[in-house]
Amino acid sequence: MSPRPGLPSRLHARDTPDPSAPPIQVVGLRKSFGHHEVLKGIDLTVERGEVVCVIGPSGSGKSTLLRSINLLEWPTAGQVRIEGIDVLDPDVNLDRVRTRIGMVFQSFNLFPPMTVLRNTTIAQEKVLGRSRSQAERVGRDMLERVGLQDKIDAHPSQLSGGQQQRVAIARSLAMNPDMMLFDEPTSALDPELVGEVLEVMRSLAESGMTMMVVTHEMGFAREVGTRLIFMDDGLIVEQGLPRQVLSDPQQPRTQLFLSKVL
Amino acid sequence: MTDSETGLSGSSRTFRLSDIRPTTRRRLSRGASYGVALIVVLLVVFLTDWDKIQRNFFNADVASDLVPAIFRALGNTLLYTLVCFVLGTLLAVVFALMKMAHGPARWFAVAYIELFRGLPALLTIFAFAFMIPIAFRVRLPGGTLGGGLIALVIVTSAYNAEVIRSGIEAVPKGQREAARSLGMPHLTTMLHVILPQGLRIVIPPLTNEFVMLLKDTALLFIAGLTAAERELTTFGRDGMTTHGNSTPLILAAVLYLIVTVPLTALVGKLEKKLAVKK
Repeated sequence: MSPRPGLPSRLHARDTPDPSAPPIQVVGLRKSFGHHEVLKGIDLTVERGEVVCVIGPSGSGKSTLLRSINLLEWPTAGQVRIEGIDVLDPDVNLDRVRTRIGMVFQSFNLFPPMTVLRNTTIAQEKVLGRSRSQAERVGRDMLERVGLQDKIDAHPSQLSGGQQQRVAIARSLAMNPDMMLFDEPTSALDPELVGEVLEVMRSLAESGMTMMVVTHEMGFAREVGTRLIFMDDGLIVEQGLPRQVLSDPQQPRTQLFLSKVL
Repeated sequence: MTDSETGLSGSSRTFRLSDIRPTTRRRLSRGASYGVALIVVLLVVFLTDWDKIQRNFFNADVASDLVPAIFRALGNTLLYTLVCFVLGTLLAVVFALMKMAHGPARWFAVAYIELFRGLPALLTIFAFAFMIPIAFRVRLPGGTLGGGLIALVIVTSAYNAEVIRSGIEAVPKGQREAARSLGMPHLTTMLHVILPQGLRIVIPPLTNEFVMLLKDTALLFIAGLTAAERELTTFGRDGMTTHGNSTPLILAAVLYLIVTVPLTALVGKLEKKLAVKK
């Protein structure tokens, strides 16, 4: 949609992604659940092509930060900009912004009554308005990309956890998102199934996708991540190159955490 | 005098029930209950006037008089049930969604559901068949029967709204989050992701509501049905009056059971099947 001539372009500009703006920009983000403040002022900018891994103890606010970016959680204060769009602006069509942010959950959250292929096509049809055949072509491509082209007609319950998570990734990719959020994508998996999911995520990162990954997989963070963020108690405590942060943490809290998990 | 004083201890002390072996005791008590049951059956068989019962409750002449017409009444019962169930359930989905929203829509849904679940169905039928048409001088479509059916649709929608809401709330919240994060608007998410799963969860309780509704169509008698409109109970009652005989009611009862017993069995099966899937 292009702005109609003669109309002030202000409204239009508010809703249109700016390709030169950073994909994710968070300023002074705070989030409280009742009296409990989970995020205590987060400032974060993710540039195009970055793979930002977020680590930290449970309850540190990692997941809440991720869920605040596509507004599954509504921030109590602060700003969230997606490709330059202020998503907290009530005039912004949030659903349209969300189509550009893929999200992968710890518990997969595939749609159980639908086949694998239907899982990847329903949002394409209902949200992007693609035809059935067009959506299925994209869905098949994405399922092939995650190595599940032969599971197209299966139902989620017939798949292993690792396969389900790969379908979930394909479902998000089918929307052609500009960035992907991963909320502990391998935490619910049996150890022997973690590798196949991380492999898909690695190839996605290599293709240049902007990614933000909340994870406990330090190996993935070290090898694939371009930046590592350590969060504790609702704040970003330390960030930098993954190798640097993991091998030479500067903050005592980071040191304490890493000494426990490494 | 005690046993020990008379020197009888050991050989003939007091008999206690616990002296019998448990297996023997169980066999004895079961035998006793069969015995009592047999005596009751024999008493009933010998003391009952079978001729009288057959004449009054299982009268073949009366039954043959009823035969074509009673199936029409059964048809009406099924028709009224189906119509009220389908319309009532569609309306129930709307009220369930309204109750889960915020603001005036929610208040209205809460008031509606509480009102029509709280009132006896008979009173609601009476209200829609007579009180409302008379008070507002309106003619509802289908006359008093139409009013009665509207009442049953409303009562069904109030009950089913709660059932459906519980089903919607039983769908894991990750389903909603996944759909919303794919950019699906609220209504699309509801219609294509949440409702299909929620309705599947409540198939057993909804089938139960269907059986209840089937029996509640008997309450339509208060709407004053014409001969062609009669459902099973009204038909049975009218037949009882005209023939001075209870056979019509027995026949109606048998026809109800032929429909409800398999349905109730089906509910049990569905519940088991769903429980296994979990």
